[in-house]
Amino acid sequence: MLKNVFLALLLVIGVAFSLVSCGSGGGKSVTLYNVSYDPTRELYADINPAFAAAYKARTGIDVTIQQSHGGSGKQSRQILEGASADVATLALAADIDALAKAKLLPADWQKRLPDNSAPYTSTIVFVVRRGNPKGIHDWPDLIKPGVSVIAPDPKASGGARWAYLAAWGAALKAHHGDEGAARAFVTALYQHVPILDSGARGSTVTFAQRDQGDVLLAWENEAYLALKEFGADKFEIVAPPISILAEPPVAVVDTNAEHDGVKHVAEEYLRFLYTPEAQEIIARNHYRPRDPGVAKAHEKDFAQVELFTVDDVFGGWAKAQATHFADGGVFDQIYRKR
Amino acid sequence: MPGFGLTMGYTMVYLSAIVIIPLAALFWQSARLPWPRVEALLHDPELMGTLKLTFGLSLLAAVLNACFGFVTAWTLVRYPFPGSRLVDGIIDLPFALPTAVSGITLATLYSENGWLGRPWHGFVEAVNPAWHACASGINGVLAAVHVSQALAWAGLPDGIASDLPEQIAYTRLGMLIAFIFIGVPFVVRTLQPALEDLDREVEEAAASLGASRRQTFWRIILPALLPALLTGFSLAFARAVGEYGSVIFISSNIPGKTEITAHMIMKKLEANNYPAATFLGVVMLLASFVMLAAINGLQWWASRRGRGAA
Repeated sequence: MLKNVFLALLLVIGVAFSLVSCGSGGGKSVTLYNVSYDPTRELYADINPAFAAAYKARTGIDVTIQQSHGGSGKQSRQILEGASADVATLALAADIDALAKAKLLPADWQKRLPDNSAPYTSTIVFVVRRGNPKGIHDWPDLIKPGVSVIAPDPKASGGARWAYLAAWGAALKAHHGDEGAARAFVTALYQHVPILDSGARGSTVTFAQRDQGDVLLAWENEAYLALKEFGADKFEIVAPPISILAEPPVAVVDTNAEHDGVKHVAEEYLRFLYTPEAQEIIARNHYRPRDPGVAKAHEKDFAQVELFTVDDVFGGWAKAQATHFADGGVFDQIYRKR
Repeated sequence: MPGFGLTMGYTMVYLSAIVIIPLAALFWQSARLPWPRVEALLHDPELMGTLKLTFGLSLLAAVLNACFGFVTAWTLVRYPFPGSRLVDGIIDLPFALPTAVSGITLATLYSENGWLGRPWHGFVEAVNPAWHACASGINGVLAAVHVSQALAWAGLPDGIASDLPEQIAYTRLGMLIAFIFIGVPFVVRTLQPALEDLDREVEEAAASLGASRRQTFWRIILPALLPALLTGFSLAFARAVGEYGSVIFISSNIPGKTEITAHMIMKKLEANNYPAATFLGVVMLLASFVMLAAINGLQWWASRRGRGAA
């Protein structure tokens, strides 16, 4: 009996020691696993070394950050199915809500960090061929006869849903809140889409490399990347006068981070995104920064666009998702009419 | 039967772990779908569209593969030429390439500005007026012999297109090419050993008994090869039905037009609708099972007939 207690004690002490040595970085190194969506690849490739350097300078601990990128919905499902993400930096709040539903983090996660937990924002813009031969300047131009639009499939990709909602919201504002008119516009718009790729990157390649279509609906940062990648002499970015404010949220996945003993570092990592240093990196990667000072400095890098949020126009993501993208939802209905 | 217990036990455990348990899980998951939703899914015109397209194109690709794979296997076995070993190796490439790689390659090659897409574009512009007249003639004949209905079922309601597509990528023609690409090795590889086993003496005997070359082919060679040909055909067909990676990039994924069932399953998963996704999986599984059973029956009949004749 006594022997058993002794053994149990020994075990507890051993476990406690190993936990402590993990948590406080006794080995002077920690590993964070950041599960993110597709277009942030270049952004986090710049952010991670900056954070590691800053953290090392302050605490003397080495941080290694592993990245994973993919479609936002797919990444969210992978975390649900057991991928040990310490932080999730996804395209839609809905994809992190799905994690909250599985009790991996608290339901009020979005209130834990400033600005709805979205340290950077973006919007949907148009990419056109050099010289803008079809004269595309605003949303209604997309449904002129003979214009072909490349956009990803809203049923298959998170980024594509932003483009769809941007079109819907813009039409809604143009027609003073007339839902029927918005629906008619979006219906016409997707009749001008000959190819539905299953992700934002796929659409960019289809448009830029395979010469398909006249206009690409793209994330602002993807548009700049496409210009850099496929030749600024071949394409132009056209910012519509009105578009959607995309707020890609970030969150610590509490259960995983606690299990890995890195919750504190994970929180620091996300808070780092709001510092002027990180905001500068964010702006240089063509995401719109939150920090007023950095935003002011980069004012000329971003077109003046009137931005509306999903909350304002659609009453939040959950509602937009159920109305527009669920099976038999509005997108299915307007597509079936083809 | 020495070692029967061991090998049989091993086979059962192996099959259960690798095949039966995952498939049972598929059925189990899809059983969670309430009946009204099952009914709604079955009446979904989009689903029917994807199923017809997937099975129709796969069948067409398998038929084409059976014809041209036969010629290829024949050439490789009967007429060894310099470099035939190399060609023989190339046949296996569609097996070995990651499907996404072949998909992206095909889409790039066959799009308007690709190596093959550009000449095609020029060709179409030159030939379309003539094709137009030709196609309406062919469609007239097809309607007269009542083939149109079969074509309509396979997702080609207007018969043969009256205009050739401006580009191959992002059309059904492109998808067909992808299906053919992945199916080639199955037909060639199953036919080769059967061809090598074919006794020359039988052909010589037929010739000496006064059979013409055509008679020898249709009555001696083809019946002997038919079981292998059907196996290759059904393998190529099954592979095409389940294909995702190599066809998804060359398809424009337009629901009801160029969307395959596997893509629809992917979209259901994206909407976190696991029961619907697994249900579609079960539908595909059952449809494949029925078709493969039919082909197997045909094969059994062919081999019995072949043996009876010999």
